[in-house]
Amino acid sequence: MHAESEIRIPLIIGNKTYRQITDDIIAPIEGKAARGWYTLTTIAALCFLWGIGCLAYTIGVGIGSWGSNNGVDWAWDITNFVWWIGIGHAGTLISAVLLLFRQRWRMAINRSAEAMTIFAVMCAAIFVLLHTGRPWLDYMLFPLPNQFGSLWPNFNSPLLWDVFAVSTYFTVSLVFWYIGLIPDFGMIRDRVIKPWQKKMYGLLSFGWGGSARHWSRFEEVSLVLAGLSTPLVFSVHSIVSFDFATSVIPGWHTTIFPPYFVAGAVFSGFAMVLTLMLVARKIYKLEAYLTVKHIEYMNIVIIVTGSIVGVAYLTELFVAWYSGVEWEQYAFLNRATGPLAWSYWIMMGCNVVSPQLFWIKKIRTSVVATFILSIVVNIGMWFERFVIIVTTLCRTYVPSSWNTYTPSFIDVGIFVGTIGMFGTFFLLFSRYFPVIAQAELKTILKTSGEAQKKAVAAHAHH
Amino acid sequence: MATKKNIIHGVFGDEVPMLEACKKLRISGIRIKDVFSPFPIHGIDPLIGIPRTRLAICAFIYGLTGLGLATLMMWYMMVSDWPNDIGGKPNWAYYFNVPAFIPITFESTVFCAAHGMALTYLLRCWLVPGAKAKNPDPRTTDDKFLILLDLKEEQTAKAESILRECGAEEVNHKGSYTVEPKYVIEATH
Repeated sequence: MHAESEIRIPLIIGNKTYRQITDDIIAPIEGKAARGWYTLTTIAALCFLWGIGCLAYTIGVGIGSWGSNNGVDWAWDITNFVWWIGIGHAGTLISAVLLLFRQRWRMAINRSAEAMTIFAVMCAAIFVLLHTGRPWLDYMLFPLPNQFGSLWPNFNSPLLWDVFAVSTYFTVSLVFWYIGLIPDFGMIRDRVIKPWQKKMYGLLSFGWGGSARHWSRFEEVSLVLAGLSTPLVFSVHSIVSFDFATSVIPGWHTTIFPPYFVAGAVFSGFAMVLTLMLVARKIYKLEAYLTVKHIEYMNIVIIVTGSIVGVAYLTELFVAWYSGVEWEQYAFLNRATGPLAWSYWIMMGCNVVSPQLFWIKKIRTSVVATFILSIVVNIGMWFERFVIIVTTLCRTYVPSSWNTYTPSFIDVGIFVGTIGMFGTFFLLFSRYFPVIAQAELKTILKTSGEAQKKAVAAHAHH
Repeated sequence: MATKKNIIHGVFGDEVPMLEACKKLRISGIRIKDVFSPFPIHGIDPLIGIPRTRLAICAFIYGLTGLGLATLMMWYMMVSDWPNDIGGKPNWAYYFNVPAFIPITFESTVFCAAHGMALTYLLRCWLVPGAKAKNPDPRTTDDKFLILLDLKEEQTAKAESILRECGAEEVNHKGSYTVEPKYVIEATH
């Protein structure tokens, strides 16, 4: 067993035992849901339903019902797609990158962050599948001869790379998540009493028993999956950025896009994890496992990625000026001073200024401030994509093709619908699935539990 | 003469004494059939004689397969079957456009490595929907640690005393069975 420094703040508060961890994690599954859960689920489900309605309408009459027009042909659809995909990145980052770096604090949040990834990618998929205009022909995204003739999809196109990247990302994240869930489902199966629950969790647990051989394989699989997911997560958002960067639109055609998009993705993803976990922490009383220290660690990641994003914005401006390309210069001038300048300044305020508040310890350790700022960051990141896509497309090369953009009722409906879907799925997950990876958490109880650390310290001082 | 064998569960409330018991059992030449625990215990594998898993090697092979499949697919579709000149970038040979093929090659490598390994893991451990729970005692997914022993009659008393001496909370006899001598394989360690 590795000893942990005495001065490190414990990651599990209170005098917990293995049994108590089991009890605390299974409580939402065994017990009755809190009133707050029902309220939130109802709101989320209603939004989801509204979204389904707008979706059905779009499929019925076509994407002419959206605000997109000739010129601004990518608008809310791709903005939302990139936003959701970006949010998804935190899950893999937390479970894969932090696993490789042996960051123990990830264990309190990795399960829900992975769930969030999966739901966010599902939301993103809705937009890509729909924005093709004729979603019933979406099978053509896969490498089939077009209309079953002999012409193949274009493998030189970043749009096709995106299909491969996002599908790989979704399925690999799903498998990573589920493999981690199996031992915890086993625990639930052995604990629950109601016959239907026993049956359901028995099925979900795949017959897990916790044999030493299985654990040894489990650890190897987790490590290798983490090793595979780490470059994967960087590749996915890089490829998403290629959708823009490989085009010849001024403001998009920049080499800084891949790292800038990846940093932005992690930034918004962490913010979303914080928003969700602060709610879950309250509803399910997980304060002992999701401590203020965890919140602080996540806020530090937000400062780092937020600052990278800030530097990227400024670099873009500098390069546009230094390049001497008039169109490039105008694209940025238009963003900051054109008719949609308000969205640019919302983006700047939310993404560059607001995360800097976390330098103040009082703010980054305050639950309320963190909750508010996490939402502010996600608003900012949505506007970042809006600025990149809509503001740019409103004014491209030829002034005669300049245009403006207003979203339609349907655009708003589908977006709100995906938020509802995301919320519904997350709330259902948090009620029926173990929200914290309890098996993993038990491995750090002895080294990072508060009471255990105190006992070790007392022993050492004798 | 037929050999009588006993199945014994040594149940512990903590992993440290359990590891101690494993060590002592092995020193006295008793084979440990398996250990069940609520979480992975580091350093237990060599102690109870589990060889390192070869799943990572499998993943590497699956990854190479994915790499090969993607290359073959893109070569066939873009170069062999219907070469196109898209945006002044002709596909007359694979190496002409190879930078454009890197992302999908990478994704396919990861896809096959991850899914191949995950499937191999699930099948190797026989973790499939509807499989029966593999732990002999349901408390081992909560907070108990169980050493499963499958012993010859003459080893039983010794094993039991080691388990108790190391602080086992319970030592449960889970029945016995007899094996014909021709089926008995002597432990080599």
